[in-house]
Amino acid sequence: MALRLLIRAGILLASVAVSSVLVFAFMAVIPGDPARVALGVNASEAAVTQLREEFGLNRPLLEQYLEWIGGLVTFDPGLSYVTRSEIGPLLADRVMVTLWLVGTAMIVALLVALPVGAVMAVRHRQLSGLTLSALSQVGVAIPAFLAGILLIALFAVWLGWLPANGWTAPVVDPVMFVKQLILPATSLALVQSAVLTRYVRSAILEVLREDYLRTARAKGLKPMQALVRHGLRNAAVPVVTVLGLQLSTLLVGAVVIERVFVIPGLGSLLLDSVSQRDLIMVQDVVMVLVVAVLAMNFLVDVLYLIIDPRLRAGAR
Amino acid sequence: MSAEIPEVLPTGQTGARRRGLRNHSLLIGAALVCLVIVMGLLSFVWTPHNPTLVNPAARLQLPSAEYWFGTDKFGRDVFSQILVGSRTTLFVGIVAVGVAGVIGVPLGIVSAMAPNWFGELVMRCNDLLLAFPALLLAIMFTAVFGSSTLVAMIAIGIATIPNFARLIRSGTLQVLKTEYILAARASGRGPFAIGLRHVLPNVSSLIIVQASVSFAIAVLAEAALSFLGFGTPPPTPSWGRMLQESQEMLWSAPRLALFPGAAIAVAVLGFNLLGDGLRDRFDPKLEDRR
Repeated sequence: MALRLLIRAGILLASVAVSSVLVFAFMAVIPGDPARVALGVNASEAAVTQLREEFGLNRPLLEQYLEWIGGLVTFDPGLSYVTRSEIGPLLADRVMVTLWLVGTAMIVALLVALPVGAVMAVRHRQLSGLTLSALSQVGVAIPAFLAGILLIALFAVWLGWLPANGWTAPVVDPVMFVKQLILPATSLALVQSAVLTRYVRSAILEVLREDYLRTARAKGLKPMQALVRHGLRNAAVPVVTVLGLQLSTLLVGAVVIERVFVIPGLGSLLLDSVSQRDLIMVQDVVMVLVVAVLAMNFLVDVLYLIIDPRLRAGAR
Repeated sequence: MSAEIPEVLPTGQTGARRRGLRNHSLLIGAALVCLVIVMGLLSFVWTPHNPTLVNPAARLQLPSAEYWFGTDKFGRDVFSQILVGSRTTLFVGIVAVGVAGVIGVPLGIVSAMAPNWFGELVMRCNDLLLAFPALLLAIMFTAVFGSSTLVAMIAIGIATIPNFARLIRSGTLQVLKTEYILAARASGRGPFAIGLRHVLPNVSSLIIVQASVSFAIAVLAEAALSFLGFGTPPPTPSWGRMLQESQEMLWSAPRLALFPGAAIAVAVLGFNLLGDGLRDRFDPKLEDRR
């Protein structure tokens, strides 16, 4: 068990290292150089040279890479090329906002998907199950930003119940915070729960066929008792996998949703930096997102070990 | 209406009825996909109005016989834009899926047939690439190369390679266990010939299903990119940008969000259903899993 965890952690670290090299190399192939890109085509040669000196862009790539990654690891990523402000505090701020959004969406999606998926599986031959199935299929086809726009049209424009956009920190005004969080989180959660529901359904359907469930029924348990006592743990493995994989979809969905609802999160920061050609910022935000996805994959692996004792035995 | 737990595999009438329902998903999916394709093809020969013609006199018209879906804030005909937009969507999808398939399929087959360490290496790279979702990769590409349809298509294509490679690898591993591969080996066929003549045809159903599902992913990613202003540059109509332009008009003309939104949903739903239907069609054993 400990060995497996160590191996997994090693893979996580290696993946983070390799992807940081990839991101850095990708940004380094840019035609022209970051200083020229940041200052625009009309900048004088002297200004470009000065910026290059200032940020050490004239040094060898390896040195630049080491400084960049060192800065990220020590939570001191330095200054932006464009705004010249500290990246670290800004990044921390934005991460919190996106965490609120993605976390709420994930929890809501799970709260919807687990019971609905179970109902869909148990009633998979009845009209109610089939209707839910069809609905989830439609839900998967609606991108989060479309759901967001429709929700704004309905709840902000037409009914006027909730604000159409904006963001307030929870410490400043908790009520406003919740009000402004509802629509964006729901837009993300709608799509997520549609996807998750389908996986929960097929996972439970699979389990329903197993011999051990029939044995549990023969022992005298009611269908629901058998499912809850013996089925759910087994159905959890594929669902947890999907949950991990969905985090990347959720993060990317949040990038767009933050634009729809004018929320100052990681996604807005990424998009603004792309528009302002602030490459160091783009690089940092992409790295944060990628590390989040890789870390989630690692957590999923750890969760497997907790859910499924068979995997703990050591040899795969 | 009590919750019944099925204790035997569905056979006979129930099974047949369910198979019938499965065919529905294939039929509906195919119909929706055909609709999008027909719209795209039609837009080459006919649109009711010039989709990019700015006509201030006809701003924000309601749907009418003249303008079927009404007009936007610039007086452009929404229906014509939707028609031409389907062309953009299909084009991006075809190129992106093409890029992913052309690289991902051989990668999957080779990684399954090559020595173990190579296969493992490919799969690790795959996992790494999975950490970069299509939209994120496309935004990175845009940051470096500027925004254009080509950049979007290639980025989305690269991001979907792992889906192909992983699926085709597992399909190939199964095919390699069969006796006809053994027979081919015994009769002296080289690995290249086996891969091309025996493995590829036998994993083709997987490729088709994955292509359909990836197409849906590409449509979503393109719409999101255009929505963010990073995809197809104006004035070429694209559903994502129409949606973005509609957002500021939500208070005065919410209907403008409805048409491009419905178009995106129809395209994605169509390709998803088609993929699901084909999967069940090709592999009846998988029935019920989805």
